Amino acid sequence: MSAYIGPGINPQIGLSEEQAQLIDIAAAFCRDKSPVDKVRALIEDARGYDMAVWDEIVELGWTGIGIDEAFGGIGLSMAEIVPLVEYMGRAIMNTPYRDHVVASQAIVKGGTQAQKETLLPQLAGGAVAVLALCEDQADWDLENLTCTAQQAGDKLVLAGTKYLVPHAASAAHILVTVSYQGAPALVVLDAAHIDASRLRRETIIDDTARSYALSLDGLEVGHEALMDVSLAPEALAHIELTGALLLAADMCGGAYACIDYTLDYLKTRKQFGKLIGSYQSLKHTIVDAHQDYERARSHLYSAAFLFGQQGEGEVAVRMAKAAAGEAMSFAADRAIQFHGGFGFTYDCDAQLYRRRAIMGSALHGDARYHRRKLADLMFG
Amino acid sequence: MADFDPKDLEAFTAEAAAWFGENTPRDVDFMLPLTFMEVGTDQQFNFLRDWQNKVYEAGYLGAHWPKEYGGGGLDKAFQDAATRIMSRERTPIMLNAIGLNWTGPLLLDRGSEAEKQKYIKGILSAEEIWCQGFSEPDNGSDLGNAQTRAVKDGDDYVINGSKIWTTQGNYADYMILLARTNPDAENKYKGLSFFLAPMKATGVETVPIKKLTGEYGFTQTFFTDARISADCLMGAEGEGWLIAMQTLEYERGARSGQAGGHVMMMSDPGDIVRLAREAKLNGKPAIEDEAIREELVALMSEARALGLASRRGNLAPLTQDRPMALALGSKLASTDFYQRLNAFAITLQGTKAAYYVGDESAHDDGIWQRGYLNSFSATIGGGTSQIQRNIIGEHVLGLPKG
Repeated sequence: MSAYIGPGINPQIGLSEEQAQLIDIAAAFCRDKSPVDKVRALIEDARGYDMAVWDEIVELGWTGIGIDEAFGGIGLSMAEIVPLVEYMGRAIMNTPYRDHVVASQAIVKGGTQAQKETLLPQLAGGAVAVLALCEDQADWDLENLTCTAQQAGDKLVLAGTKYLVPHAASAAHILVTVSYQGAPALVVLDAAHIDASRLRRETIIDDTARSYALSLDGLEVGHEALMDVSLAPEALAHIELTGALLLAADMCGGAYACIDYTLDYLKTRKQFGKLIGSYQSLKHTIVDAHQDYERARSHLYSAAFLFGQQGEGEVAVRMAKAAAGEAMSFAADRAIQFHGGFGFTYDCDAQLYRRRAIMGSALHGDARYHRRKLADLMFG
Repeated sequence: MADFDPKDLEAFTAEAAAWFGENTPRDVDFMLPLTFMEVGTDQQFNFLRDWQNKVYEAGYLGAHWPKEYGGGGLDKAFQDAATRIMSRERTPIMLNAIGLNWTGPLLLDRGSEAEKQKYIKGILSAEEIWCQGFSEPDNGSDLGNAQTRAVKDGDDYVINGSKIWTTQGNYADYMILLARTNPDAENKYKGLSFFLAPMKATGVETVPIKKLTGEYGFTQTFFTDARISADCLMGAEGEGWLIAMQTLEYERGARSGQAGGHVMMMSDPGDIVRLAREAKLNGKPAIEDEAIREELVALMSEARALGLASRRGNLAPLTQDRPMALALGSKLASTDFYQRLNAFAITLQGTKAAYYVGDESAHDDGIWQRGYLNSFSATIGGGTSQIQRNIIGEHVLGLPKG
């Protein structure tokens, strides 16, 4: 089957009124709450993000955007979340927001009725939830699982270790993917289940993020922690695309900010008596980075617009993730180089962008992974 | 004329679809040019002139240009609808590109009443073909240094010098000409003036240029004491650079007002997927090769982004950071893309990459090989890709001039 979509013929993009408003609100909020000195101060903080800012995010209703009104949310779509995450990316904001949204979406798509009723209002209200997806086999395929949940009376006993669990130490809920009766499943853990000894803070390349290895061995939870097993494949597919979409947004924002940061330097730094931005080798290269960024942003807002549509939505999201990852990686790579000796220091922000781009590409599939998926979708 | 009844547009669109369905020439028994820069034979020229005239007479070209000068007097939405249908049907190109896309909008925006009366209808009907005289053999990217001289002599100007890369120069009736009226001006730009110059004049000679493909489409134009009426001056003496820059904005798509229709048929990116299925690489269809598939996806993504960018340009909140970015970036993005697309297509063909237009063993009659060679006309003409990067760097990103 060829789901080839005529590119350039009739690609779709659009913007809701809410999105347009949120762009302006998010731009001001993120600039205000996450100046770079704050970003750097939070690198030294154990939790890694500012609780007061999180409370404001909750107050603004942003944690409830993708959750139905019936469950205490606002009942808008992923399209409205994209600009928020994009501007957080521009501000390199330290926040569990993106992880929280993806975890919330997992409940929306794959939770039991009881879990939706209990958890979604909590999540909309700001109780931080995150997903524990990654394992030692380093696979982006969310169904490739070695961690297990076994039935033991009316309990489930878990085994294995999860890696790269974001904000695990401060999350109220952790949704863990496991193999259960030979098929993928999700289990909801509460903070009370997780003794500090089960967590090991990982050293990761992005200093603005937080992540942990989580040992599940012997962990017992009630059967009601199991999410709807029949919906698990759908929930995992939704997690992959939601995660990819929001990382695309974050990195698209990162690419813009990184280019902007570098432009400032090119317009002020002089060598051989001339502003270095007047030299074509630098000028033309930053233009190429800028063109890549604009392309990525077109993909991003098309993906936001088409999200959830069968076939075309998936194509758009995968293209957006690949484009944003590569755009930010290239922009940040050149940002380091173009800052010369200063670029090699920790004080230069170029490294913050470069490290965040590596982290963002490592999660929910890098550009090559998405292109391979796209090839199968488009060419059969 | 901003207001119109959506029902009228609907009816217009349906009629246009039916008209192009019925009238689009199929199975033409000679190779039609894919771009207005590739008109190399009289047969091609006559065919395309008739086709443009027919489209215009049917009301599907310049539908939004003012009625009093020969346009249709409708809202731009009508012409856009007709243009979309032409692209979809892959109809032959509109011949009189420089008239339709650059001279016409320029005249409508800043021409005198007499100029509009005189020229607009002939542009639309293709009765009067236009060419452009900006580049010179010694001054390509450095347009401001143009040395062709125009000397006032009574009611005339006398032109001497040479222009190069004159598209359709041998067929043209008029040239938009950038010439130096004052060599002693305070800077090189202020010495330039802009003329609407007749080509069928004594002292004007065109010599066809054989392109790297072996075909024709451009001329070099020589002016030897060519006498043109002083009425041909557009604007005032010394305004040439300003008007030329405005012209380039139409050319680069940074300014709107074009008559509609397409003047270039880009190879449909979908065609390359078909090629990848048909062409054999290492003994199996190219599309089964993992590396080829990835690169193909990357190109498809780029093609999609090009289409998205033109739509995103209408969504103000998504262009507010750098309002000129998409418009000024589109020429670089699209011409560079099509060049790489064609180059990639050649690499799908194994040993058959060696064939060229005319050989029975060539894939798709060699269009990819020829398309690649021709693609340089777009990455060099209208401001090279390197000049485009300067423009974007300086005008969009605010970097200092070199």
